[in-house]
Order: sequence, then C-alpha cells, then structure tokens
Amino acid sequence: MIRTLMFSGAALAALAAAPVALAQPIAIVNARIETAASAGAIANGVVVVDGGKIVAVGPAVKAPAGARVIDAKGGVVTPGFIAGSSSLTVAEVNAVNETRDDRAGKLSAGFDVQYGVNPASTQVPLARQVGVTRAIVTPVRSQGGGGHKDDGFDGHDEFAGGGVGDADPPLFAGQAAVVKLSDDEDLVLKAKVAVALDLGESGARTAGSRGAALVLVRSALEDARAFARNRSAYEQGATREFGLSRIDLEALVPVVQGRTPLLVRVERAADIRQVLRLAREQNVRVILEGASEGWLVADELAAAKVPVLIDPLVNLPDSFETLAARLDNAARLERAGVTIGIQGSRDFNNLRQARLNAGTAVAYGLPYQAALKAISANVAKIWGLSDVGTIETGKTADLVIWSGDPLETSTWPTAVLIGGVEQPVKVRAFELRDRYAAPEGARPRQYTQP
Amino acid sequence: MVEWRSAAAIAAALAASLAATGCATTGASGPGGPVAAAAPKAAPAKTGGSGKSGKSASEAPKPLPPGLDPAANPDPFPSTYKPAPSTPTAFKGATVLTATGARIDNGVVVMTDGKITAVGGPDTPIPAGVTVIDATGKWITPGVIDSHSHLGVYPSPGVSARSDGNEATDPNTAQVWAEHSIWPHDPGFDRARAGGVTTLQILPGSANLFGGRSVTVRNVPSGTMQGMKFPGAPYGLKMACGENPKRVYGGRNRQPSTAMGNVAGYRTAWINAADYQRKWDDYRAKRDKGEKADPPKRDLQLDTLSAVLRGEILVQNHCYRGDEMAVMVDIAKEFGYKISMFHHASEAYKVGPLLAKENICFATWADWQGFKMESYDGIEANAAIAWKAGACTVIHSDDATITQRLNQEAAVAMAAGNRIGMGITEAEAIKWITANPAKAMGIDKQTGSLEPGKRADVVVWTRNPFSVYALAEKVYVDGALTYDRTDPRYQPKSDFSLGQPGEGAFHP
Repeated sequence: MIRTLMFSGAALAALAAAPVALAQPIAIVNARIETAASAGAIANGVVVVDGGKIVAVGPAVKAPAGARVIDAKGGVVTPGFIAGSSSLTVAEVNAVNETRDDRAGKLSAGFDVQYGVNPASTQVPLARQVGVTRAIVTPVRSQGGGGHKDDGFDGHDEFAGGGVGDADPPLFAGQAAVVKLSDDEDLVLKAKVAVALDLGESGARTAGSRGAALVLVRSALEDARAFARNRSAYEQGATREFGLSRIDLEALVPVVQGRTPLLVRVERAADIRQVLRLAREQNVRVILEGASEGWLVADELAAAKVPVLIDPLVNLPDSFETLAARLDNAARLERAGVTIGIQGSRDFNNLRQARLNAGTAVAYGLPYQAALKAISANVAKIWGLSDVGTIETGKTADLVIWSGDPLETSTWPTAVLIGGVEQPVKVRAFELRDRYAAPEGARPRQYTQP
Repeated sequence: MVEWRSAAAIAAALAASLAATGCATTGASGPGGPVAAAAPKAAPAKTGGSGKSGKSASEAPKPLPPGLDPAANPDPFPSTYKPAPSTPTAFKGATVLTATGARIDNGVVVMTDGKITAVGGPDTPIPAGVTVIDATGKWITPGVIDSHSHLGVYPSPGVSARSDGNEATDPNTAQVWAEHSIWPHDPGFDRARAGGVTTLQILPGSANLFGGRSVTVRNVPSGTMQGMKFPGAPYGLKMACGENPKRVYGGRNRQPSTAMGNVAGYRTAWINAADYQRKWDDYRAKRDKGEKADPPKRDLQLDTLSAVLRGEILVQNHCYRGDEMAVMVDIAKEFGYKISMFHHASEAYKVGPLLAKENICFATWADWQGFKMESYDGIEANAAIAWKAGACTVIHSDDATITQRLNQEAAVAMAAGNRIGMGITEAEAIKWITANPAKAMGIDKQTGSLEPGKRADVVVWTRNPFSVYALAEKVYVDGALTYDRTDPRYQPKSDFSLGQPGEGAFHP
C-alpha cells in the first residue's frame, strides 16, 4: 500500500509539473463514452481533444498521430458535471462568516457574486474530484442552509455560526455568475446570469407573508420597468418613489426585458403556480430551485417550459411547504417533459453528492441517461451554456474519466480535463489523507511533505 | 442482588472487563447483560436496616418514597414494546452479509419466533413448516442501526413548536432525557425504516457540555415513545466537545466561552457526581447498619452523571477534532469512566491508534465536512484510515435524510479507503452500520449481526446494498415484517401524514 501511495504521489507530482501544452492533441481511448447527447452511450470509443475542443468522438475514431493518449482502461468518460446552483468559490467554511461571500448584505438584486469568487478555494480541486467542472454561483438570501440539526445549522435555533449579519435579508438575493473550476487565476466565465429570489416560506419570513412577498416582487419588477423607460427622469428625481435602490433596479432591468432569468427558490405546489403566473403576467423568464412538490404541477411546468433544479433526495415533510416531497420527484418531472437539473442542497458536501443523488433518482425511476443529463447537459441548457454539457464535436473539452459508473458510490475520476487541459490533483483533503494514511515515522507527521 | 458499587470499585471492574473486550463498549454492560436489566433493584425500603442491627421495626429508618431514591426505580418510563406477530421464515439464495465478517453466497437465513435461528450456506437445513422466500439475487444484512439520530426530538415538520432537541438553557443539562422529547409520529421514522433502519439511538443536541440522556428505540410505528423503547438497552449520556457549547454560552457571556472553559465544565461536573455518589454510598452503608442517616437530596442531573461513573450509562461524546478527543480520553481516566463513542469525529483519522488502544468507537459521516472550523479537516478517507488503525468504526447520520441511506454513506467511506488500496470488503464495511453501532450502544448481545439467538432484525435488499441503486425491499424487526416496498399493507404512515398533499407517500 505504501508503495502504491508513493508511486501515485510521484505520478501526480510529475503530472502537475508537466506542462500540458494545448498544442498537443489528446486522445482518450478504451472508454465507454456517455455523451449526454442524442448519440447516447458509445460502448467502446475514442474522444479526441485539440485546441481545447472536442474534435472527434465515436467508436471508430482513431487517435491522431502525435496525440497524447490517455487510456481509460475500460472506464467511463462523461462531460464535466455542472453544479446548477452553488456556493462554490464564494464560501469556504459555512460557519466562518469571514469566508462567506454569497450574501447580499446591504444590497438586494444588485449584489453581484462575481467579485467574491476565490479561485484558491480548497473546494475547487475537491469539486473536480466529484467530476464537477463548472458551477453556477448563486447568492443566498441568508446563511444558505447546510450543516445538520445537531449543530443547529438548519435554522432551528441560534447555534448557527454562519448567519451573522443578515437579520433582515432582502427578497432578492443578488446576481449569479458562471465559473469554471479549473486550476486558473480567473474562473468567472460570465457574470449576472440570473437574479436569485426566495419565495415560499423563506420569502414570507422577510416580507411577512407569501402575499406580501409577491406584491413586493411585482412592485419591484414594475419599478424596474419604469426605471428602464426613463433613466433621466430618475436621475433628475422626477419619478415616483421606487421601493429599491438604483443599484438593485439596475440589476432587474435585464430581468424585466427577458434577457436574464429569475432563479426562484420555491417548494410548495401552490407557490410554484404563483411563480408561473408571475412569470406569465410580468413576462419574465424563470428557473426554479427546490420545487420539492414540483411533481404535483409537472404538466404545468412542462407547458410553461420552466426548468427546475432539484435535490431528488428531499422526501420529508420537513416544513409545511414540502409536505408532498417524494423520492420520485425527478422521475415524474422528467416523464412529464420538464427539464430537470439535479443537485445536492446548498451545503458544499451535499453538492459533491450530486452524482450520487442522480444515481438515487435512477433507483426511484429516472432513466439512467436522463440522470446523467440532469447533472450535465440539462444544467448547461438551463443556464444557456451552449459550449459544454455534452460530448460532441465542437464542444469545449470539459471531460471526466471515471474508474467506473460515474453515478456509483464506488467510483472516482481518474482524470479531469477542463478546456482541454488535464487538471492537477492538488487536493487538500488528499494531502491530509496521505499524511495520516502513511505509517507513523520517527518524526511528527507534520514533517511529511505532500 | 446487584449492589450499588462505589466509583472506585467500578473503575477497577471496568478496567478489567474492558481489557477483555474488542470494540469495547460491551465492557460497560458487563457479563450480566444489558445495563438497564442489571440495574439495581428497587431498594427494599420496607426491610429498613436489613435486620442486622436487631432494632425493632419501630426504630428502623423510615422508607424513602421511591421517587426520592435514585435506586428505587431506575426505569420509571419502562418499555412497552412488544414484537409484532411473525411467521417463521427462511430466505434462500441470497448473498448474506452477517456483520460478523462473513459473506455467504447463495445463503440461507432462518427466523423463528423473532430470533435468528440459522445462518449458513445453501445446505443449511430449513425446518418444516417455515415459510420459504426465494431471495435469489437479493442481499441480506442485519437491520441498519443509526447510532446518532434526532428523529422524534427534531421531527418533521421542523417548526419551532416541535424543536425539542436542545435544552440550551444551561451548559449542564444531564438531568434531561431525550425520550421525553420524542414525538413518535415523526414521519421521519417511516422514511428511515424504508432505508432499512431497525434501531436508532435518539440523542439530545450538542448545545451543552452535557446534553442529557439518549435513548435507544426500535424503529416501529407506535403511539407512544415507550412503545418504541428498546427493552434493556442502556442509556447514553450525550456530551459535546468543541465549538457548540462555547458558542452558545459564550454568546451569553457565560462559561464556557472557550475550549478551556469546556474542560473546566466537564471536570467540575464529574467532581460533583463523585461527591453525590459518595453521599448515597455513605447513607446506604449507615442505613444497612441500622444507623440513623439522612438520605441525600435526589438530584436528577447527578443521578445520570453518577450512573456514568458506575458504568451503567454509556458516554456518547460529540467531538470533531482529534486533539480534543485526546483531552476527553484523559478526563475520562481522571474520573474513572469510559467513553463509549466519539460522534462526528471528523478527525478520527488523526487519532486512530489512540481510539484503538482506548477501545473507543467513533461514528462519522462519509464526507460531510468543512461546514465549520472543527470539521474543516474532515476527509472522505476518515473512517477508512481510523479503521485501518484498528478503531471500532461506525457510520452515523445525525440527519433525517442521510439516515435513509446509511448503506450509501458506508459505501462512500469504504470506497475512499479502497481508492488508496485498503481492500475493505463489503463483509467488513457492513459492520459500520450494524454490529459496531450495536457495540457502541451496548445492545450487541441482542442485535447488530445475523447470528443464531439474536433478534431477527433483517433487511432484504434489492441488490448489493453498497450500490447507489440498492433499495431496502423488506425490513424485519424481531422477525416481523415491518416494511415491504412491494406491499402497501406494510408501508405504515404516521398520523401526521394522513390527509396531506401526496398523502405522505414516499414510494414511487
């Protein structure tokens, strides 16, 4: 075992040190290819990457001369998974407030997560180890959940360490951004991709009730329209009083113009219907997050072409807005024709479980390839990321090679490519692991170097 | 009759019994079986000085009302649990993980009168008159045991009116008992059962240094807590290290506000508990000699703590960091008690040899970490590394969702070890959610493995339970079919779930 460890350590070091020239094509051979596209699965095929793009994929494709060949050894290649709504790169330790950059503070819709993105977060390399290569970083209204009841992180009591400073959080949580999770200095690919909004119980906590929240939201959208129509009047103080600041109104302008979606967090079937009505009446695009009672309104969601980001493990009547939560929510929504993205809860470690959540959804009736799409192609589609999410010629080469079935408990990535570049395995958790898995030496373990 | 023992005698007895046990928490039960069963009988108050003094009955000390004597009735909320009716049943053709380290392919498991009566290969004889179920392609394991649950005390719906898990009004609330907070209609019990969970330890929360008594329950539908209570299971005492107590009380400008304040709090409490024990010992000694003696005032908090010192209540210690576990081990030695299990234990991998040497189990998740500073060094290989060091390894949930898939949780923890070549088998890892928590909870003589004579707590899985696609198909508690995924007659729904949207359905 020690020998294995040392060997793999050396191999990793070599890999990290080797300059991975984009100029050299890469061929992944001897792999089952799950394309997450119309081609479905290719039982044994080759993927060729060049210039950061996928240039060929198929059963009969040959590795080009001069290509670096990666032998998948019978493993599985998937598109890089995409976290549909997460705090990755803007929250390091949930309960350490100083590491939290996912909350609006004094702002509302105008808050913009892009400026807090931390490429050095230890969670970035860890996320790659569960196959996640991109994330949509979405602001949260308050502390954003996570943790467990014993620690009181779920809002039961005052023991939460992370929720400080948000005594009166706004309805609009702020603007989201798309990040890549590569070993790079600048991860933000696109900012202001949505404005997040909490309705249901969470929104009612701020506004006083559901009805009050929806009135406020309608009013805010109408204010944003009026503001957009006549900015000069606003600058001259010649408009009526608006409920939001200039910064917040500015952020809502692309929403009311239909260019940017609202990411609406909502659970109860009746609340989902209210959101569909709001979207219709206000002519805004919406993406739902949560929707644990979504299966009750699946046909309406499908008809309205509203996609949902769900945690398929939610099956407890944990609140009065999730009374009908079921383990086959994903399967039923998919069957009805709703575009679903699968994720964990907001807690990072549950986010890492997204692939297992997809596997569990399969156990509860979701077809296997639909489950794979729900963590790749669908998420890309929901967020308008046309360059990733599938293994098809012309797409950005965000690829993960797995030791086996990527939805299983017993597998892991053997290689991760982002933009055609094989990523280093420099994971803090692995360095801790290797320090303590090795036999104790004469000197304290703190002398062992990763 | 079991006499109350002095703390010193207990420490010696404990040390002797622990030396002989494996994973170690059985030491607290001793050879006489589960602690509660062996607890002191009601003090025979009417016999007064037991006749030795020769004084007349009129001079004998007055008997204490039972409520004022901690020994009079150690079980004031007794279990009323009765196994449901069962038919003798045998399974054929399944892959059987016994949780004794064995994997039997094409195995046979026989349950009769609520007990396991035979486990073996395909040639194992099946007695006549036993219902035979062909379980070819299925896997059979012992019922899953969740050693860290707040079902019932933090039930669904999680509204403040039902938030009964943390008596966060004082850093020492050893006097409270989790069983008095359990709402038996928590729909979470039904979900957990559908995940194969047959036994749970329900704990108070971790706001306090001493959170109160835990209780072990059978996961059966019941209108009362007593109807779920695991007969004869010892109580646990929830203790908490680290950030939570000092955050809660430091925030109120009270002790503890620091880690050192935590430790002073533990030590002060044990000194008081030993003093209380001595006062009752002195009183009993005098009474037994027929001397005049004033009984000490009964104190519920010190009842629980002194029962720990006597080895009757098992310490269940929330503790994330390795260095803090090492301090807790020394405190236990200083006052002569035993820590049964560290819970959460994100850094068990840093102190695996210590846990192994001290015979202390640890319970953790597969990869729930990084949500607070004391879990920042949590890693997926935590369980595997400490397991390799010889520590008694347990995977727990502390969560109403994770408890439904402890099989997956154990699978992820196993895979993290196998990724670095540890070669952990399913036959071994199944112990992490069955036999090992049974040991840490002091119920391993009754359940936790498939061995003749044990309670027939059995799960039939649709496939290898370490697969993400596996589902618990049939769940037996004491040989009685308690949940069946394929038969609505065996899909109990709590009172709360009736008449709700979706009607509380949680099946496809």
